Amino acid sequence: MRTHQGAPGARVLAFGGYQPARIVTNDELATSVDTSDEWIRSRVGIASRRIAASDETVADMAVAAAGKALAGCGLSPADIDLVIVATCTPEVMIPNTAAVVARRLGIAVPGAYDLNAACAGFCYALANASDAVRSGSARYVLVIGAEKLSQWVDWTDRSTCIIFADGAGAAVVGPAVAVADAVTGQSEPEAGIGPVAWGSDGNMADKIFIKDRNSFIVQEGQAVFRWATTALHPVALQACADAGVDPAELDVFVPHQANLRIIEALARKIGAPQAKVATDIIDAGNTSSASIPLALARMIERGELSSGDKALLIGFGAGVCYAAQVITLP
Amino acid sequence: MAMTQAEVLAGLSEIIDEIAGVPADEVTPDKTFVDDLDIDSLSMVEIAVAAQDKFGVEIPDDQLKDLKTVQDVINYIERASVTA
Repeated sequence: MRTHQGAPGARVLAFGGYQPARIVTNDELATSVDTSDEWIRSRVGIASRRIAASDETVADMAVAAAGKALAGCGLSPADIDLVIVATCTPEVMIPNTAAVVARRLGIAVPGAYDLNAACAGFCYALANASDAVRSGSARYVLVIGAEKLSQWVDWTDRSTCIIFADGAGAAVVGPAVAVADAVTGQSEPEAGIGPVAWGSDGNMADKIFIKDRNSFIVQEGQAVFRWATTALHPVALQACADAGVDPAELDVFVPHQANLRIIEALARKIGAPQAKVATDIIDAGNTSSASIPLALARMIERGELSSGDKALLIGFGAGVCYAAQVITLP
Repeated sequence: MAMTQAEVLAGLSEIIDEIAGVPADEVTPDKTFVDDLDIDSLSMVEIAVAAQDKFGVEIPDDQLKDLKTVQDVINYIERASVTA
């Protein structure tokens, strides 16, 4: 039996982000639940978040973010042969979001699937995309994280409605370009997407959950905070070690935008004082699987990052599931 | 080796200063975390984690809510160290 020959490496060619138009400030939330701007900022570090219109779907946001990522690398829809949508809030369970998004983008007959690893979804999908390119199952992959958490939030529950938000982020993944080694002259694949360090712990399945289709998201804040600030930095450091990148070489650290205090604690623990730290949560809220690509797209758009920068990503969330990898920015 | 209450208080004060920025001389046994020291539920988790590293005593989340004063935490650590 024959097998595919893949590319020697995979890399991200472009990012794209999309945020719904409606901005919801802390003061606006304080008019409907017992909270305040000061309380929200000090507990979770969020000043405002974006909430999708009632008729705006996860697929709509995914299409918008993916369109920007495609435009950013100059590929046409016909070049894409796999679409992965990481989401835990699809409009419907059947059909999957990825096939709908692919059709709307004009991608004819790609492989298409949804992936649910909650807030770790983008990093899981990125690992799958990298593996697909390296194995030859696909040449160009569209990886999207898109969420409409607002429809799964109890807007009278002040412990969750202040945190979760809507949005989408996308990346185009393709083969790494071969570059000649300056010393040996031999052609090596350009470092693009490092090995993934991932895992899960179903013992904590009851810490973040939605009980059934008529329920809202419930989170045990203290338990999640304790886990996130004690169990994850070794995973992030493992991803660095596997990629052969010293944390001191990192240009930017992009953890899932769960809570600014988790972000700051993780940043301290990985020991990369020179790296910029993504704090997109401040005006984007927690957008689950969308938060990492959205943060990267916005930082790139603002000119805060450069092509070739080394970024450490770590997604983590319900399950619990987590995944981390080092990537080189496009 | 059992620690005295004063030793636990000194260690705890250091932790609270580091995590919540409360000067050590303000951390006295009668103070409540929430009302007197302005320490919120997430900082309590960080204090519990740091206390575990320092004293080798695990304070689970479901116990944390009952520890209202500095003395409560000292007592908890003392009891747990004796049992251990």
